Amino acid sequence: MTTASGLVERHIAFLEALRGAGLSVSLAEDLDAVAALGAVSWGDRGTVRAAYAATVVKKHSQRPTFDALFDVFFPRLVGDGVRPDADADAVPEGAVRDNGAALAEFREQLAAALADGDQETLARLAVEMVGRFGAMPGRGPGLSSWSAYTALQRVAPGELTARILRALLAQGRTEEEATRVAGRRVGAFTRSVEDEARRRIAEEKGPHHVAEVAVRPSIDRLDFTSARKADLEQMRREIYPLARRLATRLTQEHHARRRGPLDFRRTVRASISTGGVPLVTHHRPKRPHRTELVVLCDVSGSVANFAQFTLLLVFALRDQFQKVRAFTFIDHIHEVTQHFRPGADVADVMAELAASTSHAALWGRTNYGRAFTKFVEEHADALGPKSSLLILGDARSNYSDLALDRLREMERNSRHAWWLNPEHRRHWNTGDSVAGRYGEVVPMVECRNLTQLGEFVHDIL
Amino acid sequence: MWAAGPGAVRVGDTLDVSWFASPAEVAERLGASGYLADESTSTTAYLAGALEKPLLVEGPAGVGKTELAKAVSRATGADLVRLQCYEGLDEARALYEWNYKKQLLRIQASQGSDVSWADTHDDIFTDEFLLTRPLLTAIRRDRPTVLLIDEVDKTDVEVEGLLLEVLSDFQVTIPELGTLTAVRRPYVVLTSNASRELSEALKRRCLYLHLDYPDEEREREIVLSQVPDLEERVAAQLVATVSRLRDLELKKAPSIAESVDWARTLIALEIRDLDDKAVDDTLGVLLKHASDQERAVRELRLRT
Repeated sequence: MTTASGLVERHIAFLEALRGAGLSVSLAEDLDAVAALGAVSWGDRGTVRAAYAATVVKKHSQRPTFDALFDVFFPRLVGDGVRPDADADAVPEGAVRDNGAALAEFREQLAAALADGDQETLARLAVEMVGRFGAMPGRGPGLSSWSAYTALQRVAPGELTARILRALLAQGRTEEEATRVAGRRVGAFTRSVEDEARRRIAEEKGPHHVAEVAVRPSIDRLDFTSARKADLEQMRREIYPLARRLATRLTQEHHARRRGPLDFRRTVRASISTGGVPLVTHHRPKRPHRTELVVLCDVSGSVANFAQFTLLLVFALRDQFQKVRAFTFIDHIHEVTQHFRPGADVADVMAELAASTSHAALWGRTNYGRAFTKFVEEHADALGPKSSLLILGDARSNYSDLALDRLREMERNSRHAWWLNPEHRRHWNTGDSVAGRYGEVVPMVECRNLTQLGEFVHDIL
Repeated sequence: MWAAGPGAVRVGDTLDVSWFASPAEVAERLGASGYLADESTSTTAYLAGALEKPLLVEGPAGVGKTELAKAVSRATGADLVRLQCYEGLDEARALYEWNYKKQLLRIQASQGSDVSWADTHDDIFTDEFLLTRPLLTAIRRDRPTVLLIDEVDKTDVEVEGLLLEVLSDFQVTIPELGTLTAVRRPYVVLTSNASRELSEALKRRCLYLHLDYPDEEREREIVLSQVPDLEERVAAQLVATVSRLRDLELKKAPSIAESVDWARTLIALEIRDLDDKAVDDTLGVLLKHASDQERAVRELRLRT
């Protein structure tokens, strides 16, 4: 009955795209979504979005992916939409709409809207921006294409940050706050321009084409090495909740396994309330085992983010370990344990860590061999039969001495040892990577995003 | 297409349990009972009633998850049955339990007389000796009921398995009595702080709603509706400060409940103007970590 409208096809294509993007949408949920759509009116796009969201998205971290795909399959408007200002219609198509003066004028408007944080105007400007400055000639006659990159390069909203900053300071905000708000607004606008370009491309080439290439992975599956600045801030906010989730899970699992030998006294006492029949047995708790953890982090430019996240996570979970010691290195070893005070502020710790990086480098090029040698010379006492060793780094040696013997010695002195590598497994052993050779001594684990990191930390506890 | 509209609607009509007529009505009736719902909340709450599916509400602490269930029960005049989840919650506390002590008494009382064991046996497994716990209570009620399963993430994984039968078929199987099916399907709300991932099986059976901190406009309305004595101007200042605080990188961002507490504090202290000093003095109501307070004082330049 609905076949003629193509709604069923679009619904199925939408769910397929969601599945392709990593959401597990079951058949039952598919039917729920159809039932939900049948129960609401379709007059309002927000209602339809809410109905879909309630039935097929069961994890909040997947919501951005869902929203991006929903915008592609059920676009807000078609083509240029209804242009709100009458002047623009008076201008002949294509002629004066895009030139230097138009660009300057557009940037004025944009700066004002960004300074005010006016969401409606910003949404309109994003549409206009791609339409005017992001058009590219298509592959054939009569075809056109759209590029968020071109539009962003030409309008360059990032360069407006200073102006927005001044406007925000004038509104009585403090400097740190203004910087943050300005950065966030420019970031949000950039994203909406990208969404808009995606929508237009989807309109011309079909939603499938876009769904496959243009949707970014959700924040917990985003690679540390390919994260943008805004992503890093968001990831940092995820660390504390992640640590709390892990701690809860660990406590529950430990409790499930804590049934020790029978506690005779408590069992008999409890049996009194059931007339002397011991219906329920009581057991003594088991003593939990806590490890000492020693973390060695490569903090050279390429992997610094990864090292910071792992350190933050480990220290957020410090009460699960008996003791944690952390060292950073580039070509020299430097202890950073003292920066992680209990209850310390995350942003401060990050700043202190960044400042202390200079102690870890003498020449500034990663040298694993030298760092391991220095570690064995200066901090051999850190490792013992109760301690677990965790090395973080991409194993890119700059073709220097590997000091495999030293690493073997460290591995022998500790109870367990792991190496976390933030690179994709397929890049191991390419170029100057010696993942394979170090991997023979210490088991190497791929750890590219927050999900993998969380799983790993859970498994070693 | 059998699962879509027609069949489900007819069942609802015969039992006369249409909870809400439309998302707009949800917003209106919840609003009248003191809960200001945004669009996605009211749509999802409407769907939970229309499709008769449990509603799983997730979100940070203090954004009104539990309150949503209470508001639904207030708005529809249904009774609220609450199951508070905690670690170690088991079948006996969630579903039902046989009253062992009473059964023992019954057996002992029948020992002197000439009642046969078979009769006693049949007798002690009847309704009289059954202690119903929240889940079973909610299912056996014939009046409209809102079942609130609070903080479901605090339970062990086994309890989730127990919930599956209840939530998908609205029935409970008691070996001695057989399967009890719901006389009237309750409106089920599950809340979770996402302190652990719930199982796929449970999530699949539920509609999902993520509640987050509201925007300034809505939060101002909420604060004013909860604390009507507060002046409009102070409310605007309060909400603006709270949203600035949420922008900071804090361990625990202030929740709506804490904004409301703060509003009450301002009333109690008779603070008419929320200047830096007033914020600094009462910051403890909003931020519960020492490091968060330090950061807020520094970033908002409260002490100059």
